[in-house]
Amino acid sequence: MDVPYTTKPRSDTGLYNAKLGIWLFLASEVMLFGALFSSYILLRVNALEGTWPHGLLNIPIGTFNTAVLISSSITVVMAWASLKLGKFNHFKIYQGLTILCALAFMVIKSVEYKDKFTHYEVWFNDHEKKSIRGHIEVPGEEGNPWFMTHKKLAERKIETIKIHPDPKVTVASGKEAHGGAEAHDGHGDHPPVQEIKVADIKRLSAFVPAHSTYFAIYFTLTALHALHVMGGALVMAYLWGPGSKMWKTDPERFTNRIEVSGLFWHFVDLVWIFLFPVLYLL
Amino acid sequence: MGDGHSKEDIKKHIKLYIGIFIALLIGTVLTVAAAYVDLGHKANIALALFIASVKAFLVAGFFMHLTTEKKTIYTILVCTVIFFIGLMALTIMAHYDVPGAGH
Repeated sequence: MDVPYTTKPRSDTGLYNAKLGIWLFLASEVMLFGALFSSYILLRVNALEGTWPHGLLNIPIGTFNTAVLISSSITVVMAWASLKLGKFNHFKIYQGLTILCALAFMVIKSVEYKDKFTHYEVWFNDHEKKSIRGHIEVPGEEGNPWFMTHKKLAERKIETIKIHPDPKVTVASGKEAHGGAEAHDGHGDHPPVQEIKVADIKRLSAFVPAHSTYFAIYFTLTALHALHVMGGALVMAYLWGPGSKMWKTDPERFTNRIEVSGLFWHFVDLVWIFLFPVLYLL
Repeated sequence: MGDGHSKEDIKKHIKLYIGIFIALLIGTVLTVAAAYVDLGHKANIALALFIASVKAFLVAGFFMHLTTEKKTIYTILVCTVIFFIGLMALTIMAHYDVPGAGH
């Protein structure tokens, strides 16, 4: 039995079925991301004054990744347009570029995540002393440790650690903040390395979800978005490779598949268009 | 683009797509630049969300063909918008419901 309405529009909806399906799915996706955005708003407006961090993400990298995703949005629509013009070779190129953009986005995002997992904030038992952000050296660990916590330090009976505090940098909106990823650029003065007694540490955390509400919602939103990027890339890779055989047997249906996967991809781009300013810049 | 799918139409659309692509890149640069100008906290947020909304309109309207779609899709999206507004309204009401907050 043939699947009905893969190319012909249904008379009642005026659409081929997959198109109606993807739009219903995207509507549900709007609510999924909407719920998380509303959590972000609630967390942020109710945060105690001065506790919402600014400038902890790398803006140049984030901007570049935005451009990567926007580029993939034009290539995906060009892939569809190429099929409409009957140019299968062009389709292969544009669809391939889209998949490469998706991979580039994921690689860049992974580098950003890694930076966060190896970057620390230390709070002290002495409340007068401000917390320090920077990279740490822990005895028995080579280089920058991942996911270190004060509990792990205590369990290993480590007595002192070294911290390389981040230089002071000026971040978006003219606010001055200690450190952040922008500090990696090497701007500003590098404060001297400090030795810290573990006994003086109240809390030590990498910039992981447990660090603060900001990072909890940052990782929730960006990881869910990254899952969408991966899912989209898998589907597009299938349609670029084995799935493209359908072009020979049923070109119109194949073109519709590309349109539908493209609609999903544009949605993923749309979500990022909001995530980028909200998480990186504001 | 509904019925405008002849080869001639597609060729015209491609020019439009490239224009939109450039507009989106400019929008990205503007968003970042605007964040470095101190307009006051609220104005900065409003401007960033405004630019993001314009970009979203360009993507949804042209790349996703929403400016010329069938009525069924508009019906679905109108429902989505209503529910989305409801969700955000509940969030804001919840905020103002906290004693001492929302002033």
